[in-house]
Amino acid sequence: MSLTGCWKCSRRKNKLMGFPILILLYIIAAVTFIIGLQMMSKPASARKGNIIAGIGMLMAIFGTIFLFRDETGAGLKNYGWIFGGLLIGTVAGVVMAKKVKMTAMPEMVSLFNGLGGASAALISIIEYNQLVKDNFQIRIAATADEFLVLPVTSGTLIILFSGIILGGITFSGSMIAWGKLSGKIKDFAFKGQHLVNIALLIIAIGLSAYITADAVNASPIWFYAVLMLSLVYGILFVMPIGGADMPVVISLLNSLSGMSAACSGFLYNNKVIFTGGILVGAAGTILTVLMCKAMNRSLMNVLIGSFGGSAASGKDKGPMQHKEITMNDAAVVMSFANKVIIVPGYGLAVAQAQHACHDLEKILESKGVQVKYAIHPVAGRMPGHMNVLLAESDVSYEKLLEMEVANEEFPSTDVVLVLGANDVVNPAAKHDPSSPIYGMPILDVELAKMVIVNKRSMKPGYAGIENELFYQPKTSMLFGDAKKALNELVSEIKTV
Amino acid sequence: MANEQILYILILVIFLGFVVISRVPTVLHTPLMSHANAISGVVIIGAIIVMGRVDPNNYVALILGLLAVIFGTLNVVGGFVVTDRMLEMFKKKK
Repeated sequence: MSLTGCWKCSRRKNKLMGFPILILLYIIAAVTFIIGLQMMSKPASARKGNIIAGIGMLMAIFGTIFLFRDETGAGLKNYGWIFGGLLIGTVAGVVMAKKVKMTAMPEMVSLFNGLGGASAALISIIEYNQLVKDNFQIRIAATADEFLVLPVTSGTLIILFSGIILGGITFSGSMIAWGKLSGKIKDFAFKGQHLVNIALLIIAIGLSAYITADAVNASPIWFYAVLMLSLVYGILFVMPIGGADMPVVISLLNSLSGMSAACSGFLYNNKVIFTGGILVGAAGTILTVLMCKAMNRSLMNVLIGSFGGSAASGKDKGPMQHKEITMNDAAVVMSFANKVIIVPGYGLAVAQAQHACHDLEKILESKGVQVKYAIHPVAGRMPGHMNVLLAESDVSYEKLLEMEVANEEFPSTDVVLVLGANDVVNPAAKHDPSSPIYGMPILDVELAKMVIVNKRSMKPGYAGIENELFYQPKTSMLFGDAKKALNELVSEIKTV
Repeated sequence: MANEQILYILILVIFLGFVVISRVPTVLHTPLMSHANAISGVVIIGAIIVMGRVDPNNYVALILGLLAVIFGTLNVVGGFVVTDRMLEMFKKKK
C-alpha cells in the first residue's frame, strides 16, 4: 500500500484537457473554499458563500469515492463501509445541527471541531499500522504504468506523527472545551501545570523523533504512547482556561484541526485536503491573534497565565456599598432617556434572554428612545457570540456597535444597561495593574450618565474578579435572572 | 508532490487565509469559525481513501476507518448546517 495518491498514475480514461477529472474537481473544490471564506466578509453574501463551499465539498467527496485510483490503477473498495459511515455521519450531523439551541452554539462548534481532529488522528493510526505490516515499504509510481517499492521516507513519518499529535490534541482539547462550555466540566488547574504540559509535548515529540529515526525496529507501543501523550496534553491544556479566554481557545483549536487535516493532505499527496487544511489553519490563527489583541494579551499569556490561579489577586478595598434600583424606577429612567445602550454578556446567553432583550428594544423605540448595543470583542464564550444571539432574536446588525464606536457614544448616552456582562466593563482593567485583566480594552460604560447593571447577585463573575463599577455612584443594580428582569421591565415600561 | 510545490502552496495559502479572514467583521466571527470548521472537515476525503483501501478482512482497520468517516462526515455536515442556520438569522434583516 502506498501513501501517494493518484496524481501520477493518471490513466487515459477519465480525463479532460489532459487532467484527470478528479483533479479538476479538487481544484474547483479548493476554489469554492476560498470563495466561501471570501463571501463571509459581508452578512448579505455569507450564507451563499457557505452553500458554495458546501457544494465544493460534496463534489470533492463524491469525486473521491468514484474516481479515485491508486498507483496501481485500482479504485476504492469497501463501498458498503464508506456509504454506511457517510450515512450515519450525515443523519447525526443534520439532527444535531438542527436541534441545537443558538445559546449552545459554542459547544456544538467545539464538538464538531474535535470530531474532525479525531478523524485526522484515526487516519494516521490506520496508516501507521499499514506501514508496520508492510515493513515500512511503500510503493511510489515511477511512470504511468510502473511503480517502485521504496522504504518510507522520514518526511512521511514526520507528517504522520504531526497528524497524530495535532489530531489528538484537537480531539481531546475540543472535547474538554465542549464539556466546559456546556457546564459539565469545571475549571481545573494545579501548580506547575504548564511545566507538566510542556514536558508532555517534549516527550511526545521526542518519541516521534525516536521512531522516525529507526522505524523498522521501533516498537509500535511508542507510537501509541505518542497518541496517549497528545490526548493527555489536549486535556491538560484546555482544563485550566476559562471564562473570557474561552473564545481564544476555541479559535486556536479550530486552527489546530485545520493543521491536522493538512497533515493528512500531505500524507495522501492530496492538494484539496492540504489547501483546505492550511486555509483553516491560517484562518484560525489570525482569528486567535485578533481575539488576543482584543484582550491586549499575548497568546502565551492566555495559555500559561490562566485566570484560574491568579484570579483572587484583585485588591481588597474593604466593604463597599452598592445601591439597588427598583423595576419601576428603572422603567421610568429608561422610558424618558434619549439614548440607551445595552451591553450584553455571557449572562444573557445563560438566561436565554436574547428575545426579551429585543422586546425591550422595541418597546423603548416605540417611545422614541434610541437603542443600540455595544459588543465587546470577547463578550460571551466564542468570537462574535453576542452577535449571533442577538441576530437570532431579530435585532438588526446595524444596531450593534463595535467597541471603539461604542466608547465614542457612551458620553452622549443617558442609560447603559449591562446585561450579564462583567469583565468587559470592569474599570480595573484600565488602572489596577494587580488585576488579572489589567490592560484589556473595555467598554467605558462609566462615561454614560447612568449605568444599570443586571446580575443575579453580587457574586463576582466567572473570572472571580471584583468589579468596582458596581459600587460607583452612577451605578444601580437590578438583581434577578436576565430574562425575567427584562420581561418585567418591558411590562413596567408599558405602564409608564 | 514535490517539496518545492508544497512550500509554494503552503505559503500562498497562508497569505490567502490571512487576507481573506482579516476582512471579516466581528459580527460574523462565530459563523466564520463554524464555516472554517466545516472546511477543515475536508479530512473526510482522506478518511474515504483510507477506508476504500484497507483489506476487507482487516476488521480493526475497517472499524477505525468507519469511525474516521463518521467523524469526518459529522464535522462537514454538522459544520455547514450549523453555519447555515446562523447565517439565516443574519439574512432576515436587510
